[in-house]
Amino acid sequence: MTEIWQGFIKAIELIVTLDPEVMEIAGRSLSISVTSCLLASVMCIPLASLIHFHNFPGKRILINVIQTFFSLPTVCVGLFVFVLFSRAGPLGGTNLLFTPTVMVIGQMILITPILLGLTISALSGVDKAILDTAISLGASGFQVAVVVLREARYAVLAAVIMGFGRAISELGLALMVGGNIKGFTRIITTAISLETSKGELELSLALGMILIFIALIVNFVLNRIQQR
Amino acid sequence: MPLIEVVDLHQKYGERDILGNINLRVDKGEAFALIGPTGAGKTTLLRLIDLLDLPTSGRIYFDGIDVTELRGMRLEVRRRMAFVLQKPVVFNTSVYSNIAYALKWRGARGISVREKVSNILELVDLLAYKNRNARTLSGGEAQRVAIGRAIVSEPEVLLLDEPTANLDPISTSKIEELIANIIHRYDTTIIMATHDMSQGQRLADRIGVLINGEVLQTGVPRDIFSSPRNREVAEFVGVENIIDGVIVSSQDKVVTIDIGGGVIEAISDYAIGEKICACVRPEDITLTLSTVSSSARNLFVGEITQVVSLGPLSRIEIDCGFSLIALVTKRSSEELNLARTKKVYATFKATGVHVVRRGK
Repeated sequence: MTEIWQGFIKAIELIVTLDPEVMEIAGRSLSISVTSCLLASVMCIPLASLIHFHNFPGKRILINVIQTFFSLPTVCVGLFVFVLFSRAGPLGGTNLLFTPTVMVIGQMILITPILLGLTISALSGVDKAILDTAISLGASGFQVAVVVLREARYAVLAAVIMGFGRAISELGLALMVGGNIKGFTRIITTAISLETSKGELELSLALGMILIFIALIVNFVLNRIQQR
Repeated sequence: MPLIEVVDLHQKYGERDILGNINLRVDKGEAFALIGPTGAGKTTLLRLIDLLDLPTSGRIYFDGIDVTELRGMRLEVRRRMAFVLQKPVVFNTSVYSNIAYALKWRGARGISVREKVSNILELVDLLAYKNRNARTLSGGEAQRVAIGRAIVSEPEVLLLDEPTANLDPISTSKIEELIANIIHRYDTTIIMATHDMSQGQRLADRIGVLINGEVLQTGVPRDIFSSPRNREVAEFVGVENIIDGVIVSSQDKVVTIDIGGGVIEAISDYAIGEKICACVRPEDITLTLSTVSSSARNLFVGEITQVVSLGPLSRIEIDCGFSLIALVTKRSSEELNLARTKKVYATFKATGVHVVRRGK
């Protein structure tokens, strides 16, 4: 028990003194997840609008499939991306395996269903009268989509934050395609996993606290947004 | 040439007929009111005219062009119109931005937008609220934003769906004043749907009565109210005494109507044997306590079943074998001591009876 307690105090010290290793790992975690989340949002929000505003056969099934993939196991995405970028894989020539880039790609795939699904449901939540009003005031198809997205902005932002939360907290994918290389692809979750198995509790606890702190901020922002 | 012409329009939702055989013409600059009870199909018709929905069959002409199904031109034609929905919908942004939307969608930018929006804010009396989020406004204010937002692009046609439904009397009169102002100031053609007959009468040049998905009568307000075409229209425009009968004799347009247990004399062109309704305005009925000789051709004796005071007037309900409602001044009512169970004589002239066909 004393060991854990001491580890806890040491962890706080590491955070308070802005320990370079802790800060570097936390910074990398943030930059990879923010990048993947932004790129996925740029791709998913227009795609979700396209799905929402068009009627086509199989639309309901597509939305069901997207929702099923909300809880896609991270190791499955990891395996898929690994096979894709491994030397023998179709994208092996890019030599991206075990780089932050491939981690970003993996996280994008992981959170795409969440972003698509929640953006579609955010758009569906907008009063149909808003859509009719925009059309009747002379908005083109694109202008209607923009105004409806604007009306759903808080719900869409909540979707983005949910996606970010999932990206920053996942382990399996980062471990499999990032490789946990010190100073290059090591992020909070992979570092915690490694340091704990080595018995280095201070660093693990410090990083764990930072991760929980980030989760706390994300939740706080999400709550504030949902109250609007 | 009418600006909007609707020909044989039908609309079905599933198996249900919402609109059937609608034919309408609205001229440029005209204020046309579609009146009818809730659920008559007014909103459906406005949505079809605004090209928001496609009709099951029939044609819609805008300025002489058939726009019913022209895909490429729908946006262009729609931009010449504006539709204010029944529920006041505002975008979750400032009052100013709400009103500026239609202009920006048409590519306008800069000072011209600012000027036009300011003019409209003044017209709808919301200049002081221009930076407020439109979602924080009251129902009446939100409806004024919706109307301002619709007219800022100076549409040729303004469609208004129940613009004062669910509003308090003060907000209602403000909206009516605003609509009258728009009619006066702009060259806009207005088509408004309302279930409030008096509103239609106040604001419109011409009225169309829409009941159960069919336009039963169109005409100037005075004609619709004084000469409803059939029983349904008469009921809707508030004729209180509608008595079913059959014409049994006719001489020089003076007809005798058998109402089952009595006859009514009236002036009408209908032929013998025609099933009709005799409409009598309550204010055209005279009540006395004894028979007096007069020129009135119709006399019924009955017992008062109810007396309701309506300010300076009293509404007297009499059972003469059929129910008859008379409107007399409160003073007359008091002088004659009119009260429940009292026997009275009701008289009205043959010229005070308006005969309408039963059914369509």
